[in-house]
Amino acid sequence: MTANTRYRSRVLRSDDVEEKEYVGFATLPNQVHRKSVKKGFDFTLLVAGESGLGKSTLVNSLFLTDLHKDRKLLNAEERISQTVEITKHTVDIEEKGVKLKLTIVDTPGFGDAVNNTECWRTIEGYIDHQFEQYFRDESGLNRKNIQDNRVHCCLYFIPPFGHGLRPVDIEFMKALQEKVNVVPLISKADCLTPGEIKKLKERLREEIEKHGIKIYQFPDCDSDEDEEFKQKDKELKESTPFAVIGSNAVVEVKGQRVRGRLYPWGIVEVENQAHCDFVKLRTMLIRTHMNDLKEVTCDVHYENYRAQCIQTMTSKVNAENRVESPIPLFPMPTPDADTEKLIKMKDEELRRMQQMLQKMQQQMHEQDL
Amino acid sequence: MATTEIDIFANEEKRSLELAGHVGFDSLPDQLVSKAVSQGFCFNILCVGETGIGKSTLINTLFNTTFESDEASHYLQDVHLRPKTYDLQESNVNLKLTIVDTVGFGDQINKEESYKPIVDYIDTQFENFLQEEMKIKRSLHNYHDSRIHICLYFIAPTGHSLKSLDLVTMKKLDSKVNIIPVIAKADTISKSELHKFKIKIMSELVSNGVQIYQFPTEDEAVTEINSTMNAHLPFAVIGSVEQVKVGNKMVRARLYPWGSVQVENESHCDFVKLREMLLRVNIEDLREQTHARHYELYRRCKLEEMGFKDTDPDSQPFSLQQTYETKRKEFLVELQRKEEEMRQMFVNKVKETEVELKEKERELHERFEQLKRMHHDEKRNLEEKRRELEEEMNSFNRRKVAAETLMGQALQSCSQQPFKKDKDKKN
Repeated sequence: MTANTRYRSRVLRSDDVEEKEYVGFATLPNQVHRKSVKKGFDFTLLVAGESGLGKSTLVNSLFLTDLHKDRKLLNAEERISQTVEITKHTVDIEEKGVKLKLTIVDTPGFGDAVNNTECWRTIEGYIDHQFEQYFRDESGLNRKNIQDNRVHCCLYFIPPFGHGLRPVDIEFMKALQEKVNVVPLISKADCLTPGEIKKLKERLREEIEKHGIKIYQFPDCDSDEDEEFKQKDKELKESTPFAVIGSNAVVEVKGQRVRGRLYPWGIVEVENQAHCDFVKLRTMLIRTHMNDLKEVTCDVHYENYRAQCIQTMTSKVNAENRVESPIPLFPMPTPDADTEKLIKMKDEELRRMQQMLQKMQQQMHEQDL
Repeated sequence: MATTEIDIFANEEKRSLELAGHVGFDSLPDQLVSKAVSQGFCFNILCVGETGIGKSTLINTLFNTTFESDEASHYLQDVHLRPKTYDLQESNVNLKLTIVDTVGFGDQINKEESYKPIVDYIDTQFENFLQEEMKIKRSLHNYHDSRIHICLYFIAPTGHSLKSLDLVTMKKLDSKVNIIPVIAKADTISKSELHKFKIKIMSELVSNGVQIYQFPTEDEAVTEINSTMNAHLPFAVIGSVEQVKVGNKMVRARLYPWGSVQVENESHCDFVKLREMLLRVNIEDLREQTHARHYELYRRCKLEEMGFKDTDPDSQPFSLQQTYETKRKEFLVELQRKEEEMRQMFVNKVKETEVELKEKERELHERFEQLKRMHHDEKRNLEEKRRELEEEMNSFNRRKVAAETLMGQALQSCSQQPFKKDKDKKN
């Protein structure tokens, strides 16, 4: 055997076990998989948007459950001066032995009142609160059972009735772009023809770029992935924001029972790729990018929060110290303006004296002669 | 004798007589109609709804033409109204149609003032008509009646209930204009949801006391159809101007991957019902209601504000002219008083400013004097110092000369001495 092959790692195969050069760390992915299955996953999803855009229906369709059994919807007169609330639903779901603790955070009342100034503050406060709690837990002494309640993804529902983003949409996304992964969606997409959907998507992409809103970007796939995967990834990226339809009801189409909406002129199938982007959203959110969303939350948004927090804490400490302690923390800053002036004056006088002395010496010298 | 005759006339009831033959006054309605047709009709529609909800498309679909209008932006600071007037003609009937669009409605973050521009516009149209009516030389024939006859309020198809903004706006508008609420973009609601939605909307309107326009059911010819239509309010409409091939005809429809929604298909949406009600059956009633109910209400409020009353405290009818005269006199007196006040104020102000200016002048003079004196003093001091310096220089020069001469003498004596020494040496 040449020296090169000695260090080549190989996939676990039954006949390799006897090979002396096989080290065995190729089983690491399997070990990670086993451990993570045992530990279970958690995911927190925030849904935000005006009432009546289909948020609850979409969440039900995504996770194939019925989260909002007894919902009380307010009347219009009660909503005139409504404030935004935060409601949380946690469910444990299991699939093929993998456990997921799913938390859905809903925001009833957002954008419903007549005066919606700063209606996103409550939501911002909630996200910050989760970060703060995690920060404190992380800096604590006992870190075994940290509960991760940080919001991993925010689905923002844009109504399809307008021509693009409205001022409240822009303000909301701008306020939350640094704190959570914002995924904008076009809701109730069954009121738009395919041509209109395309136009609206372009419009939304333009406006998001124009206003500098940082929505969640899909990570680029590695260059050594196969072509099919790359193609799918490209399609995914080009069809953002997703135009989605949700449904609580099951209808019969061509002998099959699928989730859909029944109209006199046809049946809209939720899982039909030609009808809407629901499948793409589900793939992205659950099947391929769930972990990436969590990572971005941990690595980017939480770290930003943490850095900011620490900065504010230390600057507060410094400000206090300057007034209180007798020994200054920093070296003496620039001397007083008055003393400097005095010094300058004295210097000038000295110079003048020296000059006069020189003159007198010269004179005396001349006189001597 | 005469009094009894008058009494008879006063107490006589109207008797109906039978005609012996054909007189011909049954052509009166026709005369009226031909006159009206030659004059032309006027109809004004106000569309209120969020940006992008389909107001322009629905109007285009209703009148089967394309009225040009630009898409509105979402970022306007407040609500504007855009009235546009068009002349339409259909089988020798001329219609002057004015469409007023609300631009920017529902886009702002704070929508508390959104209803004001709309209410102001409606009031302005009433005011203009009132002014025209009260003119001395008026031409109501040729007056272009711009009062809003109908307000189509577009409700967003959320499927739950009215939005809070809708409720607030409709409450402000219901006493000023005939409102017909329509559910826009109804192709996003399924049949069962639609039924629930309609019931919810109507119950909310009723419980909040909003009076929407009810189609009249007094006239036998239209009673039946109107009462059925009243039950279908609010109409769920879809608008489209694109033609799509369905079966073997071209119809106006929206083409989706899962089917096509036909605008004129009664089982798809209520567009046909809306068109019937709005244009084919009740258009004249809408105009009448606007004039008889809403305009009269406005007029009464306005005149009462100005202090006109129909009856005296003694229940004698006031003559409008008398009231007008008294009002005018009062107004003129008021005006004169105000003028006097203003003149007084002006005079006072002028006096004050004059006094101030005089003060300032005096101060300026004083300072000038002061500075002059200072300047003088300084000059004198300077002169003295100069003199002293000159003296010093003179004395210094004298001493210099004295010193030089002394040195000169000393040198001479020094130079002579070595000379002498040489002489001595030689000698």
